[in-house]
Amino acid sequence: MAEHGNGDSTAVVKAGDGASEGYAIDNPGLPPHRPRLADVDEKAAKRSERQVAALFFISIIGTVMFFVGYFAVARMDQFDDYFEGMSALRVQNTLIGVGTALAMLGIGLGIVHWAKTLMPDHEVTEDRKPLRTEEDRAEAEKIVTEVVDETQIKRRPLLRNTMIAAALLAPLPAVVLFRDLDRTGDFGVERMRHSLWDEGVRLVRDPTGTPIRAADLTIGSAMHVIPENLREVSGHGDRLAEKAKAVVLLMRLNPDDLHAPTPGRENWSYDGIIACSKVCTHVGCPVALYERHTHHLLCPCHQSTFDASEEFKVTFGPAGRPLPQLPITVDDEGFLIARSDFTEPVGPTYWERGHTDPEGDFPA
Amino acid sequence: MSASKEKYTEAQYLEATEYEPKTGTGKIANYVDTRVGGTSIVREFGRKVFPDHWTFMFGEVALYSFIITVVSGAFLTFWFDPSMSTTRYSGSYAPLQGLEMSMAYATSLELSFDVRGGLFMRQLHHWGALMFVLAMSVHMIRVFFTGAFRKPRELNWVVGATLLVLGLAAGFTGYSLPDEVLSGNGLRIIDGMLKAIPVVGTYISFFLFGGEFPGNEVIPRLYALHIFVIPALILILIAVHLFLVVMHKHTQYPGPGRTQRNVVGYPVGPVYAAKAGGFFFIVLGVLSLLAGTFQINALWNYGPYDPSPVQAGTQPDWYIGWFDGVLRIMPGFIGNIPLEFVLPTPWGGNSIATPVLVPMIPITLLLLGVFVWPWLENWITGDKREHHLLDRPRNAPTRTAFGVAMVVWYLVMWGAASSDLMATHFALSLNDVIYWLRAAFFLGPIIAYLLTKRICLALQRKDREIALHGHEAGVIEVSADGEFHEQHKLPNEHELWTLVSYEAPAPSGPRPNAKGKITAVEKVRARLNRIWFEDRVEPVSREEYLEVLGHHGESPAGLEAAQSREAITSGASSDNR
Repeated sequence: MAEHGNGDSTAVVKAGDGASEGYAIDNPGLPPHRPRLADVDEKAAKRSERQVAALFFISIIGTVMFFVGYFAVARMDQFDDYFEGMSALRVQNTLIGVGTALAMLGIGLGIVHWAKTLMPDHEVTEDRKPLRTEEDRAEAEKIVTEVVDETQIKRRPLLRNTMIAAALLAPLPAVVLFRDLDRTGDFGVERMRHSLWDEGVRLVRDPTGTPIRAADLTIGSAMHVIPENLREVSGHGDRLAEKAKAVVLLMRLNPDDLHAPTPGRENWSYDGIIACSKVCTHVGCPVALYERHTHHLLCPCHQSTFDASEEFKVTFGPAGRPLPQLPITVDDEGFLIARSDFTEPVGPTYWERGHTDPEGDFPA
Repeated sequence: MSASKEKYTEAQYLEATEYEPKTGTGKIANYVDTRVGGTSIVREFGRKVFPDHWTFMFGEVALYSFIITVVSGAFLTFWFDPSMSTTRYSGSYAPLQGLEMSMAYATSLELSFDVRGGLFMRQLHHWGALMFVLAMSVHMIRVFFTGAFRKPRELNWVVGATLLVLGLAAGFTGYSLPDEVLSGNGLRIIDGMLKAIPVVGTYISFFLFGGEFPGNEVIPRLYALHIFVIPALILILIAVHLFLVVMHKHTQYPGPGRTQRNVVGYPVGPVYAAKAGGFFFIVLGVLSLLAGTFQINALWNYGPYDPSPVQAGTQPDWYIGWFDGVLRIMPGFIGNIPLEFVLPTPWGGNSIATPVLVPMIPITLLLLGVFVWPWLENWITGDKREHHLLDRPRNAPTRTAFGVAMVVWYLVMWGAASSDLMATHFALSLNDVIYWLRAAFFLGPIIAYLLTKRICLALQRKDREIALHGHEAGVIEVSADGEFHEQHKLPNEHELWTLVSYEAPAPSGPRPNAKGKITAVEKVRARLNRIWFEDRVEPVSREEYLEVLGHHGESPAGLEAAQSREAITSGASSDNR
């Protein structure tokens, strides 16, 4: 079997339309037209006609089906039992959807079948117009040159230069106009360092707001808590923004399972109870899954895994930092409270995160 | 620029005013024509020829899906209120009654439960959007593998690539509007990715959300982008895209009778128009069927957005998958060494979120690669000619192999977005799944490249084999001395032409520039050029073909074709195409 032919029939550029030259045979032209059944047999053509008509008829049935779905099925608010309402909605949605589908497919398939079996199927050849003709190009170039000359822009550089300067500056206001997209007015980046947690703020359940005693948590259990002062924040958006920084996971481990804390964190836990930010340090999803036996926390979005027994260090996945730990203790009444705010910004990393804090809260 | 010669004669002007139409169509045509000059359009397009091939329909699907999405979206706007002001839900979905939620979520629920057909239209809109991006993607892949992006269509390829990016943007801005837990977490991830951008990231996040995430602003802003800015841009670019298609005329596959200078196909009226028009209804029908029978984004299950809950096993819309997947396979630590670090700067240090930034590299490379590919390829191959005939993918083995490698790369990232579901559904360790995906991220494209290239070359060899020795005829002959061999039937000239009419030039080597010097860049180009062309299977040459004919003692294809033509006219054709 011949693998490679002679090596020099390989000029990069082949002139002309490539119709024939250089190839094994000449372009043989269009293959002969083969008549379809419906072209030669009137019975087949009649059959096609009936098939198309049947498809159009199916379309009509589909439209009727839509109306049945729309008018004959009661709306959800007319049911006392919401399960019945949901079933009715499901029936209605199916009738409307399948009805519309039949209506459309009937028309579409009908027309296409009609085109394929009955409309002429002779392939036609048309020449391509050259994209650019020399006459047009020369004429266009002449026009442009004349127009430019008539403006005198080349002879008067002062006009040109000032125009360019003006045109470069003019769009800037359009950019600056968007400055107040930030409604805080001051870019409040510093605010990202602080949450509602502070010394003495109680850890409460979400959404009931009831405080938690150490005894409420058995070993191995975990719950998601918010600061008690969250409800004082007014405005839905502002409350969500504060909540997005303040949500905390609280869990109780056997104190023997906890690794020795790093210096400075000795009193951050209370009798095996530890608390951490629930906001993933990767891109900010809630770290919602807790596995009791391994005391691993798993973020369901990108599977970052943190070990609660080792100050929430990353054991797997894309997160680049441990979850910030919230220092906690109990107050006089025995309710869990925060010792302070988080000692570092919570949530995903941002450019200014590594700054030395002007108030000195966070060492660089 | 004086009009020195008169372009139109007096008679022509008179003709226009004095013409008396006779038929009904003529009257309408004349009324329109004397006002807007429409008949020249009909004359130009009424019988314009479009090549027909099933792979040319993906662009059509994209266009129709877009139209359906726009129309169903307009329907939704009549009920949807993109507001983050709160309300207490009092609609008919009992489990959420009395809950505080944004107007956006409340009206999304109203659309689903209290507007008849609202759920259908919402699902049609969502399925339409998924189909729009899918069809664009497949269309782009078709254009790539057939080389349809080559001169003169490079700019239209860029328009198409921009449309794909805009499609992603349209999809994501829409996904976030209902303001339930699922889309809120999607926005949360976007916020995290924005904040990772060095220097400006935090500001961009503040600009988008109007302050700290999530704030009160983002839904109405996304809404303005989703229903006005992005669709307007898409519409404009679709117009440009189609205008250029008409101007260039459609490409066609190589084959008998097709050349660089002609278009072979069906005329617009009636066949092509009927097929394309009918096809719109088919697309609408299929999307309606999906919307009526397959639930999508059951947003009542998730509850209003709250930063603390999230569902395990949630998946983004499919086209966002690769962003999410590549984030998942990037490690945050290597061993005990964190990849994230603080860059020491005079004002106190800045954080570099490496685990979020590095995954943006393959995404940027892939998107950027799409945009520059036409120029990159013609720089490597040195082929600056116009191409109206498509490549059969096997006849451009290196391009095809590279394309498949990139598709595999994309699919690995995309599939990684379901790493958790792979683990739970196939009872695998989640960590192992990620390790394998990391390996596939690097090895997948390489294996795909090598395999595809070999497959292409093998297919080309098979083409040569058929061209030179014919198809196995299924007839075994015994020669006089007892030797068995199978008869081969040479292809007719029409089939043969498709098999032999391609180019496989040799690597061109470095070329000196005008000063006679071979630059370093030129050396790189020559290297790439060699990789591109060195493994090649040349088409059958005329000499080879004539030699084989001599061997077989058969008549040249031309004669055979004449015989088969006779067979066809007598209505007993046997060669199935």
